[in-house]
Amino acid sequence: MNAMIEIAGVAKTFTMHNQGSAVIRVMEGAELSVARGECVALIGASGAGKSTLMRMIYGNYLAASGSILVDGVDVAKAEPREILALRRETLGYVSQFLRVVPRVATLDVVAEPLLAVGVDVAAAQARARELLTRVRIPERLWSLSPTTFSGGEQQRVNIARGFAHAYPALLLDEPTASLDAINRETVLSLIEEAKARGAAIVGIFHDEAARARVCDREVDVTAFTPGLA
Amino acid sequence: MTDYNFAYLDEQTKRMIRRAILKGLAIPGYQVPFASREMPMPYGWGTGGVQVSAATLTPDDTLKVIDQGADDTTNAVSIRKFFERTAGVATTEETSKASVIQTRHRIPEEDLTEDQILVYQVPIPEPLRFLEPSEVETRKMHSLEDYGLMHVKLYEDISRHGQIATSYAYPVKVEDRYVMDPSPIPKFDNPKLEMAAIQLFGAGREQRIYAIPPYTQVVSLDFEDYPFEASKADAACDLCAATDSYLDEVITDDAGGRMFVCSDTDYCRSRRAAGHVGALGTAFDEDAA
Amino acid sequence: MTTAIEIPSAVTPLLRVTDLNKFYGTRIGCADVSFDLYPGEVMGIVGESGSGKSTLLNCLAGHLAPDAGQVLFDTRAEGMRDTVTMSEPERRMLGRTDWAFVHQHARDGLRMNVSAGGNVGERLMAVGARHYGNIREVAVDWLGRVEINEDRVDDRPTAFSGGMQQRLQIARNLVTGPRLVFMDEPTGGLDVSVQARLLDLLRGLVREMGLSAIIVTHDLAVVRLLADRLMVMKDGHVVETGLTDQVLDDPQHAYTQLLVSSVLQV
Repeated sequence: MNAMIEIAGVAKTFTMHNQGSAVIRVMEGAELSVARGECVALIGASGAGKSTLMRMIYGNYLAASGSILVDGVDVAKAEPREILALRRETLGYVSQFLRVVPRVATLDVVAEPLLAVGVDVAAAQARARELLTRVRIPERLWSLSPTTFSGGEQQRVNIARGFAHAYPALLLDEPTASLDAINRETVLSLIEEAKARGAAIVGIFHDEAARARVCDREVDVTAFTPGLA
Repeated sequence: MTDYNFAYLDEQTKRMIRRAILKGLAIPGYQVPFASREMPMPYGWGTGGVQVSAATLTPDDTLKVIDQGADDTTNAVSIRKFFERTAGVATTEETSKASVIQTRHRIPEEDLTEDQILVYQVPIPEPLRFLEPSEVETRKMHSLEDYGLMHVKLYEDISRHGQIATSYAYPVKVEDRYVMDPSPIPKFDNPKLEMAAIQLFGAGREQRIYAIPPYTQVVSLDFEDYPFEASKADAACDLCAATDSYLDEVITDDAGGRMFVCSDTDYCRSRRAAGHVGALGTAFDEDAA
Repeated sequence: MTTAIEIPSAVTPLLRVTDLNKFYGTRIGCADVSFDLYPGEVMGIVGESGSGKSTLLNCLAGHLAPDAGQVLFDTRAEGMRDTVTMSEPERRMLGRTDWAFVHQHARDGLRMNVSAGGNVGERLMAVGARHYGNIREVAVDWLGRVEINEDRVDDRPTAFSGGMQQRLQIARNLVTGPRLVFMDEPTGGLDVSVQARLLDLLRGLVREMGLSAIIVTHDLAVVRLLADRLMVMKDGHVVETGLTDQVLDDPQHAYTQLLVSSVLQV
């Protein structure tokens, strides 16, 4: 028993200081364990807390209590630099939105996670080209900033970037949304390859067929919603 | 003649200036502020040098005054007459016979000795002023030996002119500590700043005195690939044939005629007295001189 | 005082600030600021005008003397040294070797009457470079790295656009390979398109050179793109710290929530 991601007793509250200090309890007693090579889907109705839980795993949201171990680092309590190191080396995240410096070429956007872990420029760009080819971004767009791309193209650039470095743990937020059938197929193969090399994956998929194909288990986060469980 | 206190300035003022001079000698190259007095001549005519000379002279001294190397220019004659009248000291045009030499823009060609004092007139004493207008900041830079800026000036020279175009007031570093403006002497004179005599610098308008004690190390700033060169016109004096002296170019007519002559008039005269004759010179005639 | 201060830790922070205070008379400049900055980290300091962020930056960079507290820097030669009690010459030496300071207004950080090459070369000459050809070569290389054409090397910054002046200032600061860069609103006053290019340039340099940086800004978009960590200041006090995206996406303090919710969405 050596799970890559191990979550126990996690709670999340939002305190709205500027709205009468309302305290909103959105999650309590969240438990989750993901082994290497395993893909777990978070399910539950919209607003049940799938994204919230995923963001807490990434350190983007602050957990109110509990522990979130990723490769032995407790994200709920770690120093910023420990989380940054974890994100650089271990924990990848494909969000629904591409957030990059305007005017940076697509090729460099995709290569960046590799440069951050010390891969040399030539090797990083070679890997970026390979991935951009796979997700069918035409080569003539590689030197342009993805900020000008269509939603579907941005999503594919985001996926290429997320899979550039072989993270041992991956968080996928709707990776197949707004993709056509052929690109959806490519993304699912990328996920399967990541699993095969031992990556622990947590994903949110509205696409049920995709979920059925790549996920080993489903966890309904409704169970962690205060007052609903 | 006794209407004047010796050398014009009152004794308290001379003591104040002597203290500044002694401090300057103790900290070679450091600019010592002093309470510069109004002198009966305008700023820019050597009021700083005159005050230093006044504080330095004793009744037994023999004074020589030169301007651009010459004893016979208006400025030199005026200052010489000023001290003849207010101090009653002996004066001379011969470098070797003088005990105190006040100069503007030159160092005499003849080597000075330990018995002599060379007093420079200085217009702008701050070598960093070109790039840093704040006096507060330049003083801080001196105190912290923060001299990168000085080389920036030389860098700019080379990038603009292909060489260090600064040909006078060429900055030096004294005893490996203070960067100093040697006054507007030609850079040809820079190597002579390491000498046996005491060198005192007075800036009247800027109210600064600084000094170089005998045998002090004085290095002209430069780059490894653009080393300092003590350049002069590539010619011999047309009157005395000297090839080792700093030359003035003199235009002789409207048809492009010109000649080179020693800027140090005493040096030229003494060479001609010793029988040296230049290309355009005639045999030395004591009466004509 | 040259005694090194021991810090028991596996990884030594590059900068350790403890209980830093600065008062202007009875008014608080900044109060009780403490943090560690590790090699390679970029920290943003945000807050509105008068929040004390510029005061803090100037205290850290040695431009202002704090009234209390320590600013420990991991010097190359002697390990952790308190730069507050360091002598002025030592501090200035740091200021032209291991530290860099990028001003908001390029004219505060450049010599406007000196050529671009001379501006970049100054720090080299200040630390003893005396070979014109080498200095010029390095200057031209750095102009290239900040995307200024080689043929502008002898032009003065007065002939440059605002964005170019800012890039020149960055080159001038980074030429000696500093380890810590202080930036005061580095993209302030620039056109949005120019800002983007500068941000990208800074990100690249930070990564390539392994720089640590402290960036003061009121622009949350700038810190989101540049800073790993964030410190939020209000009335001279630090009200919240954390990972940049966590502080911006899940702010805990009332003031941070207000600050984040006040940003216009594009």
